[in-house]
Amino acid sequence: MFAEFGYGVLLVSLIVAIYSGLAAVYGAMNKSAALVESARRAMLLTFPLISVAAAALIYLLINDHYEVAFVYEVTSRSMPTYLKVTAWWGGQAGSLVFWSWLLAVFTSAVTLRKWDRDIEFLPWVILVSAITLTFFLGMTVFFENPFTRFWLVNGNVEPSMFAPANATVFTPQDGQGLNPLLRHPGMVIHPPMLYLGFVSYVIPYAFAMAALITGRTDDRWIRITRRWSLWAWLFLSFGLVLGGRWAYDVLGWGGYWGWDPVEIAAFMPWLTGTAFLHSVMIQEKRGLLKQWNMILIILTYALVIFGTFLTRSGVLSSVHAFANSPIGPFFMGFVSLTFIVSVALVIWRWPQLQAETEMKSMLSREALFLLNNLLFMSILVVCFWGVIFPLISELFTGQKVTVGPPFYERATSPLFAALLFLMAVAPLSAWGHSTVQTLGKAIWKSAIAALAVTVALFFTYTQNIGALIGFFLIVLIVLVTFHEFWRGARARQKTQGENFFTALARLMGRNRRRYGGYIIHISMALMAIGILGIEIFQKQTQGTLAAGEKLEIAGYTVEYRELASWDNQGEGVNYTRAVVNVYEDGIYLGQLTPRIDYYYDSQQNMTIPGNRSTLRDDLYILLVDWQPVSSIGATFKIYVNPLVNWLWIGSLLFLVGVIFAAWPDNDPSEEHARRNITRDNRQPSAAD
Amino acid sequence: MIETTPQKRGVPLWVQIVIWVFLVGLLALVGVILGKRQQGTVQPGDAIPDFTLPLFSGYEYEGKSEVKLSDFEGKLVVLNFWASWCKPCEQEAAELEEAWKFYEPGGEVIFLGVDYVDTEPEARAYLKKFGITFFNGPDMGTKISQLFRIRGVPETYFIDQNGALYYVKIGPFLSVDEIKSIIDQKLQ
Amino acid sequence: MNKRKLQITNYGVLAFALALLLAGLFAGSAFAQDNTPTDDEVNVIAKQLYCPVCENTPLDVCPTEACRQWRELIRSQLAEGMTEDQIKQYFVDNYGARVLAEPPRTGLNWLVYLLPPAIILLGAFFLFRSFREWTKPKVEATGVGGERGETSSLKKDDYVARLEEELKKRK
Repeated sequence: MFAEFGYGVLLVSLIVAIYSGLAAVYGAMNKSAALVESARRAMLLTFPLISVAAAALIYLLINDHYEVAFVYEVTSRSMPTYLKVTAWWGGQAGSLVFWSWLLAVFTSAVTLRKWDRDIEFLPWVILVSAITLTFFLGMTVFFENPFTRFWLVNGNVEPSMFAPANATVFTPQDGQGLNPLLRHPGMVIHPPMLYLGFVSYVIPYAFAMAALITGRTDDRWIRITRRWSLWAWLFLSFGLVLGGRWAYDVLGWGGYWGWDPVEIAAFMPWLTGTAFLHSVMIQEKRGLLKQWNMILIILTYALVIFGTFLTRSGVLSSVHAFANSPIGPFFMGFVSLTFIVSVALVIWRWPQLQAETEMKSMLSREALFLLNNLLFMSILVVCFWGVIFPLISELFTGQKVTVGPPFYERATSPLFAALLFLMAVAPLSAWGHSTVQTLGKAIWKSAIAALAVTVALFFTYTQNIGALIGFFLIVLIVLVTFHEFWRGARARQKTQGENFFTALARLMGRNRRRYGGYIIHISMALMAIGILGIEIFQKQTQGTLAAGEKLEIAGYTVEYRELASWDNQGEGVNYTRAVVNVYEDGIYLGQLTPRIDYYYDSQQNMTIPGNRSTLRDDLYILLVDWQPVSSIGATFKIYVNPLVNWLWIGSLLFLVGVIFAAWPDNDPSEEHARRNITRDNRQPSAAD
Repeated sequence: MIETTPQKRGVPLWVQIVIWVFLVGLLALVGVILGKRQQGTVQPGDAIPDFTLPLFSGYEYEGKSEVKLSDFEGKLVVLNFWASWCKPCEQEAAELEEAWKFYEPGGEVIFLGVDYVDTEPEARAYLKKFGITFFNGPDMGTKISQLFRIRGVPETYFIDQNGALYYVKIGPFLSVDEIKSIIDQKLQ
Repeated sequence: MNKRKLQITNYGVLAFALALLLAGLFAGSAFAQDNTPTDDEVNVIAKQLYCPVCENTPLDVCPTEACRQWRELIRSQLAEGMTEDQIKQYFVDNYGARVLAEPPRTGLNWLVYLLPPAIILLGAFFLFRSFREWTKPKVEATGVGGERGETSSLKKDDYVARLEEELKKRK
C-alpha cells in the first residue's frame, strides 16, 4: 500500500520534473513568461512531492516492512528507530531518493528568490536543475527502486515492483540490518553533509550554464551564487571532515584518511570548489578570469557527478563489493551528456568570456590567487590520475595495480606546502599591484618570529626537516593573519577613533568574506598541525598480552587487565571489551576500553578503539584479536597519534569561519540593492 | 553587452581538438571499464584462452609439475576456484573430491583446483584436511582468476571436450549429484 | 692441578671470545636470536602491502581471514631470514603487482609517475605565459620590467587608505 503509493509519487515527481524542464526551455525559446512561470511552479511542486515519497519510505523503514527489498537490506528489528530513519541513505536506492529530495529543496529555494533583475536566467536555471533532478529520479524509478517488494511466485522469491501473476507478497521475518560501520553517529550526519555539498553545487553550475546560454557573461551569475557556493563548500568540507572523524572512530586503522578512491572521489570536487571560491574573487574585483571560472564550476559539477558515478556504478568496486549495479550505463550516459554539453557551451561562448582588464603584476593578489588555482589543479591532476590509472592499466595491460597512499603523499605534500606558503603571503599582497619589496616589508617580522619558533621546535621537539618546514609555514600563516587583523583594527582605531575591539568588530563586520576567509586560513593551519602530526610522528606497536602484561610505546605503558564478552539481545550485538590501564612515565592515567562489536544480523565486526585524546597526542588502542581463554591473552594494536586533535579543533574553527563569511546579511533587500549599486558603479570603470 | 576587449578570439582549433579527444577518450575508457564490470564472469560461449597452472608439490600430471588447459584437449575440465580462508568453499570441498573419485577412472573428466589469493601453508592444510587428490595449484599473480573475471570464491567453470565453456556455478555446490548432473550433460 | 686450572681458564677465555663474536655477528639481525618475529616487524612489511581480497586497505590493518594468513606468512618468511625486498617480491610473484602500494616502475606504469608532473609543468607554463600576456602593456610602457617600474608609486602605497578604499567598495 505505502510502497505503491510511494512509487506512484516518485513517478509523478519525475513527470513533473520533466515537464518543468520542457516548459522552461520552450518558454524561453518563445519568450513566453507564462510558460516559464508554469515551469517554475512545477519545479516548486517537486519538493512536496518528493517529500511525500520520502515520508512513505521512512514510514516503511520505521515500521519493519521487510516485504520491501530496500527495507530488508538496510534495517532489522533490533535497530533503534533513529537508525531506521538514517538507513534512508544507508543503501543505494534510498540515498538516490535522498539526493533527489535535497536537490528539490535547493531548486525550490532558488526558484523562490527575487528574479526581477535576472529573469532571463530563470528558465535555464530551471532547465539545468530539472535535468539533474530528472536523472536522479529516473534512476530511482527505473533502476534502483526503493519500493520494490518481494513476491512469492511458484515457491521462488522474486523482487519486483508490481505483483507478478499468481504471486503473493513475501515478508521476511527480519531484515539484514544496516552495515554496522554505518551505525555510527558520524555516519548519521556525514553522508547528508557530503550530499548537501554535492547537491548545492548544482545551483552555481545551473547559473553558470544560464549565463553561458543567455550570453550574459558578466559576473552577475557569480554574484548571485556567491553565497550558494560558499554554503556548498561548507557542506562539502564538513562532510569530508566528518568522514575523516568517522573513519578515525570506527574503521580502526588509526587514521582518518586512507587515500581510498572513494574518498578521493569526494575530495576532487572540493579541490575545484576551493579553487573556484578564490578565483571568483578575482573576477569580482578585477573582471579577469571569466573563462577560468566557468571551467572551474563546470569541473566541480562534473566531478560531483563523475565521483558519484565512479563509486556507485561499480566501476571502482572490488571483487566483493556489489557488482552489476543496473544504474551504470544510464549514469554513464548522463555523465557524458553533461560533460559534452558543458564543454561545448564554454567553447561556443569563449570569445565573450574575455577579460575586462589586465593583470598588472606577478605578485599582485590576483596573481597569487592564480598560483593558488594552479596548485589546487595540480593536486586535482594527481588525484584524478591516481584514481583513473588503475583502470587504464587494467584495460591496456590486463595488470591490476594499486595506487596507494605513498603515491599521493609524495606527490601532494610539496603542493600542500606551497599552498600553506601562499596562505601566508597572499593576505599581504594588494589587488592590482605588489612587489617583492612591499611584500618583504610586510612579512619580514612575522617570518623572523616564525623562524624563531621553528628553531625552538628544532631543539625541543623534532629534527625532521619536512615537519620543520611545515611548522614554519603554519606559524607564519597564524602570525601574518593575526597581524592583518591587528593592523586593520589599529588603522580603524586611528581614523575612526573607536576603541580597539569595536574597531576589530566593525572591521570584520564590514568585510565578512575577507575576515571569514582569514579565520578559515587559521583553521587550515591548525588542521595542518594535526595532519603533520599523524603523517610524520605517528608511532605504532602491536603485541599479544596476557592479563597483567604490558606494552610500551612513546613513553606510555599499556597494561592489559581483563576482557569480557557479552550479548546485548535487544540490539543483536555481541560486545567484546578489553580493559587496559594506561600509564605515562609510571604515573597512572586511567583506563581505556577498546572493544569489538559483532553484529549478528549482518555478521560483521566493528572495531571501536579506546582513545585517550589530548592536545599533545592521542593514545589510540585497538583490540585486534583475543583468545577465548583470557589467560592466553589478547592482541592489541596501539597507535600514538601526536597532535591529531588540532585537526578537529581546526575544523570547528573552520565552521565558524565559513558561517561568518556566508551568513546572510541582516537586511537581505538592502544587501541586494547595495550589490546592484556596486555592480552598476563598477561597469563603466571596467569598460574604460 | 559590456564586452569591450578589442580582440575576441575563439578557442583555437587545435585546442578544441585536444579537448574533445581527451574528453571522448576519458568517457570511452570509463565506458569500456564499466562494460567489463557489468559483464560479470565469463559466460558460456565466450572463448577461453589457454592458461598455465603450476601445481602444488605432491600433485603431478603425467610427470609434469604444471598443467596447461590445452593439455586436456578432448577432456571435460571442471575448473574450481577456492581459497583456504573461504568458509563456503569448505561446504563443497568433500563433494568435489567425491565427484573426482567417481570420474577419475573413466579418464574423460579432469578436475582442476585454482587456489585464489591464498598462502601456501594454509592451502596445503586445507587440501590435506579434505583429502583432495585432484590437481591443485596457486593462481600465480591472480592471472587465471582475472581471465575468468571471477567475482568471488567458490566459483566453478565447466569446459567441454572442445574447450568451450558451457556452465558456470557461482557459490558452493549443494551435493555431489549437482556436480554430476552438470558433467553428465556432456558425457555420452 | 695447576696445568688443569690453566686449561680451564683458557677454555673460558676462548668461550668468552666466541660468545662476543657471536653476539657481534647477530647484533644486527634480531631474528636469528629469536625465531618468532614480533607483530611490529611483521607490520612494517604488511603496511606496504595490499591484499586483493580487501582492495585499498593496507594489510597491517585489514581484518579479514585472508589478510591474517598473509601476515602469518610474512612472519614465517621473516623467521626464515628473508629480507623485506624478497618478501615483497614473493608476494608480487604470487599475487600480482597490485599487492604493492604503488605500481612498479616498469613499462606503462611509468605513466602514473610522469604524467602528473608533466601536466603540472604544462599548466605552470601556460599560466606563466598568460601572465606575460596580461602584463605586457605595462612592460612596454615602462621599458624595463613592470614590477620595477611600479615600485616608486607603491612605496607611497598607504595601507590605511587602501583598506578604507576596499571597505568603501564593499559598502
